Amino acid sequence: MSRELVIDPVTRIEGHGKVTLFFDDKNEVKDAQFAVTQFRGFEKFVEGRPFTEMPSIVERICGICPVSHSLAASKACDSILGVRIPSPAKKIRQLLNCGEFIQSHALSFFHLSSPDFLIGFDSDPSIRNIVGVVNKNPQLAKNGIRLRQIGGHIVEWLGKKRVHPAWVVPGGVNECLSEEHKDMMLKEIPEAKEIILNTLKLFKGMIEDFRKEIRTFGNFPSMFLGLVDAEGNWEITDGYLRFIDSKGNIVADMIEPSKYKEFIGESVEEFSYLKSPYYKKIGYPEGIYRVGPAARLNVCNGFSTPLADKEWAEFKELERGPVLSSFHNHYARLIEILAVIELEEKLLNDPDILDTHIRAYADVNEYEGVGCVEAPRGTLFHHYKVDKYGLIEWANMIVATGNNNLAINKSVLQVAQHYMTGTEITEAMINRVEGVIRAYDPCLSCSTHAIGMMPLKFTLIDSDGKIIKEITRG
Amino acid sequence: MKKVSQIQTLIIDGKEVGGKSDESILQVAKENDIFIPTLCYLEGLSDYGGCRMCIVEVKGMPRLVPACTTLIREGMEVTTNSEKIHNYRLSILALLFTERNHICSACVSNGHCELQTLALKLGLTHVEFPYIFPKMPVDATHDRFIADHNRCVLCGRCVRACHEVEGAHTKDIMGRGITSRVITDLKESWGSSKTCTSCGKCVHVCPTGALTEKGKSVAEMEKRRQFLPYLKLMRERR
Ligand code: SF4
Ligand code: SF4
Repeated sequence: MSRELVIDPVTRIEGHGKVTLFFDDKNEVKDAQFAVTQFRGFEKFVEGRPFTEMPSIVERICGICPVSHSLAASKACDSILGVRIPSPAKKIRQLLNCGEFIQSHALSFFHLSSPDFLIGFDSDPSIRNIVGVVNKNPQLAKNGIRLRQIGGHIVEWLGKKRVHPAWVVPGGVNECLSEEHKDMMLKEIPEAKEIILNTLKLFKGMIEDFRKEIRTFGNFPSMFLGLVDAEGNWEITDGYLRFIDSKGNIVADMIEPSKYKEFIGESVEEFSYLKSPYYKKIGYPEGIYRVGPAARLNVCNGFSTPLADKEWAEFKELERGPVLSSFHNHYARLIEILAVIELEEKLLNDPDILDTHIRAYADVNEYEGVGCVEAPRGTLFHHYKVDKYGLIEWANMIVATGNNNLAINKSVLQVAQHYMTGTEITEAMINRVEGVIRAYDPCLSCSTHAIGMMPLKFTLIDSDGKIIKEITRG
Repeated sequence: MKKVSQIQTLIIDGKEVGGKSDESILQVAKENDIFIPTLCYLEGLSDYGGCRMCIVEVKGMPRLVPACTTLIREGMEVTTNSEKIHNYRLSILALLFTERNHICSACVSNGHCELQTLALKLGLTHVEFPYIFPKMPVDATHDRFIADHNRCVLCGRCVRACHEVEGAHTKDIMGRGITSRVITDLKESWGSSKTCTSCGKCVHVCPTGALTEKGKSVAEMEKRRQFLPYLKLMRERR
């Protein structure tokens, strides 16, 4: 008799997720599905709206990475206008993305994941949360909050509102950076650097303790995708697509993001609202590729800033080819925080950053546009088609978590196979399923485990669809 | 021959005030810094009395009357705000929100919208009536302007500005009640209109994000209405 085990996080409105495990006759886990019911309808309900509204409409997709969506949307709109945006505007957008990365990565690492590292995957869930971290290592908790604040300041001082800045516009940005805010940002950099360097040291010292998790958290060969700059270095706001295979060979390079459809296919599954993109030339579902922090570090030739580049070289030492375990997303996330702080400093010291030529104006010149950026969670695509009056006729978005969809399924399967004994539901298993999902920092993370624990519902279903066991936690 | 207007005295909110006999309660209230909320009213356009935001109580009158179209009378006693009036105004506002699709966070007029400002000012915290969510088109065929019926409150300001000030009468309102819709010429696309002079007056008198300039991003559409009373005054003098 084959059985189905459903792990169903009971969530708030944003980001419903649910894990289903399928058992074969011998009570072994044979497949896993991770379903997301987020992003429903956005592509549909923007139809008919003027394209100029897109950067703001799409900010509403997500409460954690509104900046990424509005950047991708603006870039798609830039191509509809057919303009090359002024270089100061480009730099200001990059600066904004730095703020978003610091903010989002800090949330993921300090707030959501550090309880697992500090208090342990097997500890009591009621203390395995940010409050537990505050008790165990108050300085770390404080540093996390401070770093998030510093990232938040960039977004706030540039975009006026911290959460949804209606500020990135087609053709550029609608306000320039003031000298005063520039100085305020520069002032916070040394502290931010110190925090992240210390955290990196701490984390590197702990890695050994997580051997088992490293071995089982999505540790399998796959392709990787990320943006790189013209030199092949790490890049998050502009740049070109690069795919590498599981051995680290570059299989597609310097691809204009507008050509993404030639390389990425999208399959839709019944069980999830999230599409499952795959590398077209290999096909579905074998063409599985991963995006996100570790993927970006895997695809690039290095960083163009010294401190991050040094850390990158050390990271690459973990394995001979690409770093395969998704557990290392945490590590990569810390290196990326360092990189964006360095990038922020570089941008702020560029005289261009105070320039007032920040927007290009034009009518509709192209009926189609693609915008692509790296969101903290991975590569993000927005693709619009408009009529000759500029009303959206069609929209397609591939979000970071979507790019990782197949990989997350596979990772959950790997963890379940490792930690399940029969159909016994153990804390150790639940915690690891939670943990591996968290390593990808999917968009639903904030809504599902802001208090450190995913509310989970386990349902055990036999092959006739009958529920034989149900456990709710959280 | 010019009509001679007489001076009348009346009481508004307990305050003794005076005005000319051809002035409305609203005008006199404004002259005396007494706030009465309005939406379809705009200085420089004819009074329409459509939105009913400016309803006031007049002692001896059985019903509430719109302050914009009711002329003052000697000895009148007017109350501009009471619980009853306030509740009526809130209901009117709430109904306006339910009739179309007002998604302020993604609206080009966010932060510069008279409907939004009114809702804030009157403290409309929630809407009790069900939303209708009508499927409304956006007309972006004009070179420079966009008409987004999702945001229209049918105040008729655009129609009056186009007819009374520009003299083109391109805009009008067709249909009845809730199915009414602002149209261009005989319900044609704005871009194909032969009568529209592209002066933009309708855009700037529109209180909401219904008529806007093309290319504006969210919250970027600021309207300039100051020109209107001046224009009117200069034309009357001629
Ligand atoms: S027109 Fe005004 S009330 Fe309506 S959505 Fe726009 S800002 Fe909000
Ligand atoms: S388009 Fe604007 S001015 Fe015209 S009726 Fe609608 S809300 Fe009023």
